Amino acid sequence: MKILVVDDERDIEVLFEQRFRREIKTGEIDFAFAYSGEQALDYLNQHVHEAVLILSDINMPGMSGLELLRHIKQKFSHPPPVVMMITAYGDAENYSQAMRLGADDFLTKPLDFSVLKEKLKEKVQ
Amino acid sequence: MLGWLLYILNKHEKFKEARFLVTAIVPYLVVSFVIEVIRLINVDLFNRWHSWTDAIQTFAFIWGIGTWIVTRRQRKELIKARQKAIEEEQNNKVISAMKAQLEIDVAERTAELRKQKEELEITLDELKAAQAQLIQSEKMASLGELTAGIAHEIQNPLNFVNNFSEVNRELITEMKHEIESGNFTEAKDIAKDIEDNEEKINYHGKRADAIVKSMLQHSRSASGKKEPTDINALADEYLRLSYHGLRAKDKSFNAKFETDFDDSIREINIVQQDIGRVLLNLINNAFYSVSEKQRQEIPGYEPTIKVTTRRLGDRFDPDNDRDRVEIRVADNGSGFPKKVLDKIFQPFFTTKPTGLGTGLGLSLSYDIITRGHGGELKVETKEGEGAEFIIILPTQ
Repeated sequence: MKILVVDDERDIEVLFEQRFRREIKTGEIDFAFAYSGEQALDYLNQHVHEAVLILSDINMPGMSGLELLRHIKQKFSHPPPVVMMITAYGDAENYSQAMRLGADDFLTKPLDFSVLKEKLKEKVQ
Repeated sequence: MLGWLLYILNKHEKFKEARFLVTAIVPYLVVSFVIEVIRLINVDLFNRWHSWTDAIQTFAFIWGIGTWIVTRRQRKELIKARQKAIEEEQNNKVISAMKAQLEIDVAERTAELRKQKEELEITLDELKAAQAQLIQSEKMASLGELTAGIAHEIQNPLNFVNNFSEVNRELITEMKHEIESGNFTEAKDIAKDIEDNEEKINYHGKRADAIVKSMLQHSRSASGKKEPTDINALADEYLRLSYHGLRAKDKSFNAKFETDFDDSIREINIVQQDIGRVLLNLINNAFYSVSEKQRQEIPGYEPTIKVTTRRLGDRFDPDNDRDRVEIRVADNGSGFPKKVLDKIFQPFFTTKPTGLGTGLGLSLSYDIITRGHGGELKVETKEGEGAEFIIILPTQ
């Protein structure tokens, strides 16, 4: 399963690789990383339908996670990838906006990786 | 008897004025007396000398009149001189009286001025205290604006610290397991990962530390000490703080921010928290301006902020130490009209709605840049198209 992680914090890559090292080792999960909404769209355009799940931060400079979500849901609809939004501010407005734009789930930072793992497994099944 | 009379006249001051009478009349009297005596004793002799005695008598008479005239003139002149002396004395008296009065007046006036000066000094002290308080409250206000940004900026590194340390705990358990199983190569690989993570923990811990420190520096009363500072790093830090602060306050807000930093700028001597405040102020204003324009929902409008640094050194002499550094904060917001341009650096002038701006930000910034650092703070704007604030700082 290919997962695209979008976050402007670069160390998120190392963290995910460590947190999911068993899943990566067994080939259960394969990660790709983008550091902005723009980069994420580029990746999706080049690797059509490769990523089945997208994990995106909301607060990024430039294109925000919510805009990215809107683009993804508009452009890549066959089949629509699962998009989970992550935010440092667990506020109702961000949540409702994400849900309205078609987000499949909504997580708040700091990420609870055991919860995330369960959710990922759930979504895949 | 005559001798005694003369003596008396000479001796007593009272008779001094009568002295001329004596000089004038006595010769005539003496001459007349002698002639009379001669006539009584010898009429023949008198008759014979008659023409002579007449002449002598006439002469004595003329002498008397002459003496009287001369003396009168002398006396008149004397009186005149005396009057003049009296007048002068009176004048002197008047002058010294005036002088005394003048001195009293001057003393009174001086006392009054001193009192006024003291009152002014008290007022000045009060004004200075009020100004210090205003500056402090403006600092606290901008700190309030920062809080959300700081919270976000600290939360991120803290999340990394927590996450990586959790990962390390798992890795250590795993490593122990591998060692027990005799898989030393595996164990070594894990140890390497632990080491890398440890570095990440340290890095993000320091990142949070630096943010807390700069926050404290921001709120602290100015120490006023100039230190060598990496202006690019400072600008970047405050750009992020400002951005996240606004994001936290207004969830719908988003803007692109770009940086174009000149890496050839060496560390420059500045009061870090002061320049930090200026940058924060300019960047906050820029974000505010673009977010206001964003509300107008103009199609195709992309709110953008750009922070640029440039070295304005001597192009032909790159080692010239007397160069300057330019920091530009540009936005594509609404800019402002020409009539406002003259006022924007004045204290308490604000275009923001009541309660949103103290009106002190730009005026304090202007003070910090010009008086505090001997630099320049300028603005270029086109109404409706945006504004660009330009800080020029000498590097020395």
